[in-house]
Amino acid sequence: MDFISPPYLSRNASVRSVMARVLFALLPGVAVYACLIGPVILLQIAIASATALAAEAAMLKLRGKPLRPFVTDGSALVTAWLIALTFPPIAPWWLTAFGALVAIVIAKHLYGGLGQNPFNPAMVAFAACIVSFPALMSQWPSLTLETRFIDQILAVLGVSKELDALTSATPLDVLKTALRLAPGTPIAETLSDTKIHGFIGSRTWECVAAAYLLGGLWLLRCKVIRWHAPTGFLAGVVALSAVCWLFDPGRFAPPLFHVFSGGVVLGAFFIVTDPVSGCASAKGRLIFGFAAGILAYTIRVFGGYPDGVAFSVLILNLCAPLVDLMTRPPVFGMKKK
Amino acid sequence: MENTDNVFIAVAVMTLGAAFLGAALGWASERFRVEGNPIIDQIERALPQTQCGQCGYPGCRGYAEAIADGAPINLCPPGGEAGARKLADLLGREIPTTGVAEKPPQFAVIDENRCIGCTLCIQACPVDAIVGAAKQLHTVVGSICTGCALCTAPCPVECIGMKTIPETLDNWKWKSPVFQIRRVA
Amino acid sequence: MPSGLSRRLFRFKGGVEPDTHKAESSLTPIGKAPLPSRLILPLHQSVGACATPCVRVGETLLKGQRIGNADGWISAAVHAPTSGKVVAIEDRPSAHASGLPTLSVVIEPDGLETWVERAPLDVTARSPDEVRKALRDAGIVGLGGAVFPTHAKLTAAKSTAIDEVVINGAECEPFMSCDDLLMRERAEDVVRGASIFRDLLEPKRVLIGIEDNKPEAARAMRRAVEALGFDFEVVVVPTRYPTGAAKQLIRVLTGKEIPSTRRSPEMGVQCFNVGTAYSAWRFVALGEPLISRVVTLTGNVESAGNWETLIGTPFEEFVALGRPKPDTERFLMGGPMMGFEIPDLSAPVVKACNCVIAASSSLFPPPPPEMPCIRCGACAEACPHELLPFELYRFSRAQKFDKAVELSIDECIECGCCAYVCPSRIPLVQYFRFAKSEIDARRKEKAKADATRARIEQRKAREERLKAEKAERLAAAAVKTSGAGGGDGADAAKKALIEAAVERARLQREAHPPKNPETPASVEAAEKTPDPAVNPGDATR
Repeated sequence: MDFISPPYLSRNASVRSVMARVLFALLPGVAVYACLIGPVILLQIAIASATALAAEAAMLKLRGKPLRPFVTDGSALVTAWLIALTFPPIAPWWLTAFGALVAIVIAKHLYGGLGQNPFNPAMVAFAACIVSFPALMSQWPSLTLETRFIDQILAVLGVSKELDALTSATPLDVLKTALRLAPGTPIAETLSDTKIHGFIGSRTWECVAAAYLLGGLWLLRCKVIRWHAPTGFLAGVVALSAVCWLFDPGRFAPPLFHVFSGGVVLGAFFIVTDPVSGCASAKGRLIFGFAAGILAYTIRVFGGYPDGVAFSVLILNLCAPLVDLMTRPPVFGMKKK
Repeated sequence: MENTDNVFIAVAVMTLGAAFLGAALGWASERFRVEGNPIIDQIERALPQTQCGQCGYPGCRGYAEAIADGAPINLCPPGGEAGARKLADLLGREIPTTGVAEKPPQFAVIDENRCIGCTLCIQACPVDAIVGAAKQLHTVVGSICTGCALCTAPCPVECIGMKTIPETLDNWKWKSPVFQIRRVA
Repeated sequence: MPSGLSRRLFRFKGGVEPDTHKAESSLTPIGKAPLPSRLILPLHQSVGACATPCVRVGETLLKGQRIGNADGWISAAVHAPTSGKVVAIEDRPSAHASGLPTLSVVIEPDGLETWVERAPLDVTARSPDEVRKALRDAGIVGLGGAVFPTHAKLTAAKSTAIDEVVINGAECEPFMSCDDLLMRERAEDVVRGASIFRDLLEPKRVLIGIEDNKPEAARAMRRAVEALGFDFEVVVVPTRYPTGAAKQLIRVLTGKEIPSTRRSPEMGVQCFNVGTAYSAWRFVALGEPLISRVVTLTGNVESAGNWETLIGTPFEEFVALGRPKPDTERFLMGGPMMGFEIPDLSAPVVKACNCVIAASSSLFPPPPPEMPCIRCGACAEACPHELLPFELYRFSRAQKFDKAVELSIDECIECGCCAYVCPSRIPLVQYFRFAKSEIDARRKEKAKADATRARIEQRKAREERLKAEKAERLAAAAVKTSGAGGGDGADAAKKALIEAAVERARLQREAHPPKNPETPASVEAAEKTPDPAVNPGDATR
């Protein structure tokens, strides 16, 4: 009979149940994604998941850790899904697999495995791939042309001959390019092309974002995540985009456009909320989220990359220990009156 | 022409930067100079004060001075592993790979049947932990005794023994779960 | 009569809401546990110094006779729970997580239950100090589990008047119902006990806090307060573990947060358990010292309930009262949140024992293997002391104890909320207990090392002084012998010699100033004997 440390009662929470709920919350987003953009995303998720699990098992074996509890904890799956959802759906299979490998092997296990990684593994994968394969990472399925599922599959398998016809830039890219090519055009004109930009953000993508939002709100409700980081992140994006928009509505898109395009909603509820690489205190999470939001907008609008969520999160991951140190809450009885 | 200008400006900027930083460092070293050599005091405070001389130096102060001069930090058995780690942290040194001499904490006990009251042990005790008078039975004050064993050698009738301090409710400690996990695994 | 609803309540951050499981043991009235075959009374049954035994083996005792005297102020006496014979005074397994032996008086009951002469204490005729001393000698200690001597809590701070006396009937630990039953059945005595504390501390208000899962107890207490005509407030507080911890209940009732660096009277508040109030009243009204207490016996047993149990009843005889089911694996003393496994059932029920739970793996499933911390922050949200358990865990595990202290590990009350919510199922409390006992041991070690260093310096100073004085004496003697045969010139030489010796001694003294004012005395002591055979007086301290 082994010694059991008190308390003898437990809420019976587990890492596995936390991760399972995150995956469950991603389902609406995945479903809308599959319906509107293409079922190919399911293939991407499968590729990423298989690679991530294999890499996880191999690394655990190498490190001499027990396989069962760690492979089944679901953390590798969350990373894999986030990779699949942030990569272009028609990225070649090996790119997705490479991303999952980078995330699990380098970003996670080389830093000590579950709970030890200073950076969000999925974002490390995204950053590594967009730096290494900028062209492939910018091939998003064309929003103006209907693409057939079979063409998407062929693209993923890397055997498509007419890839260029399938792809186009993301709405964010379109906006940026338009601004660069015709500096005088008012932004409203570019945005009014609903074929690309939909009603608020980007055509179809705004629906996916809404589905992510739904999942995120559910996560909030069952207390898997706390409101601080998502609110801070959205507030950061909205605040800076509103300032810019009010300053010159001709040059800058309205805040709502920015919230519903790119990876902002996904980032707000599923990426900046990563507890391992984020801040731990309530105030710290607010600061973390807000700063990431500001940075994400800055990189997206003024930087060279189409979206800024990944880089802003990685930069804030670096700052997280410092923010935690500075926002350490006072303990019971030690508060200043 | 423009190129050489650029090079010139770059060199100038770097030089100025280096000069500024150098000046700042120099100023800081003057401004925040630490007087004296408090490191010996700090080392001494990290030592267990048993004054046993098992390290080969005269008392804890002596060992502290020796460490400051570069003596190894793993020579103190009463301090053990924890003490060596404290010294390693304090000095930013590594604990030598030869390991640390370790000894459980002990205290001296005088066999009352054999003690002849010679007072030799009283003179040897560096912490005045032995009480008694000439031709009277001596006894060790357990709470003061540091377990240095310096009293055992002078005793002409070899009546002083060293005992390990037993585990009681007062000094019992909770164990780290880390070791329990290892034991089970 | 002020009702509990009118009072503004405060909240403490954190806390958890486990299933209370109180119904099992609170359905039947308090039973009277039968006289056991043998009673084992550890002499150390309170915070502070161990009581010193005042009986001998073979002595015949009367019920309520004192068997251990309080040693100093923070200490409490121990009494014979029944009449009988002392059969041994020896080390016996303790009711402690370690099970290490502790000095105990073993009594063989004679079955007669003959009381010593009992006399009620006329509180009005005695000075407060006499009442406190009497409580100490009656062995009254905090029965909530902390067993802090009650008399030592009955003095107001010099600087602050007491605003509130809080009577703790919250009983937040799951499974436990001894305070609940006590309040239901003996409410008037509890309230009268509280009035003793009120008389000694003279607070503005007396607040009786009861969790809202004990409506019957709250009703009984309200009725008792009304019947006795006191102006105490019975306040019903929300059920939330650990509301029953003194600091949390004080926070809920008064809004005051007491840091670990201060004592609660300094902030004008003091807290007592209802059981303590009850036993204080038994002593004042009937002259009965603390020899029994109500203990909940619950968990994996056929019949759960509460028993008025004599202190010293061996656990093996006590647990038999509940008829534990065959799959019982272990017995816990205390609640399932803060209790510990009783390592040896031959240990006795002590004053700190409020509950015994029979545990099986179906009742308390063994935790799955510990996973790495994912810094989810659930523990920080659950911590009622607003600590950062996940950071404390990191430092405790790595044995970086100074960092843990920096993060206020001393504030941790080991309530178990953090481990209760942890998704990685890390035994956080165990890590903190480990760190805290290591920190404590190191502090003690350091105090001893500092004292030792001071002693060594004293000894050095003394030796040098003795040397100087010896040199002086020798010089004086030398001059005397030479002076006997010489004239004026020799006198001058003598003077010069003495002066030189005095000067030398002075210089030496200045080079090694005594670190301790006691040193001169010890030097004097050493001076009287030619040989330093007698050690300075402080050696016997």
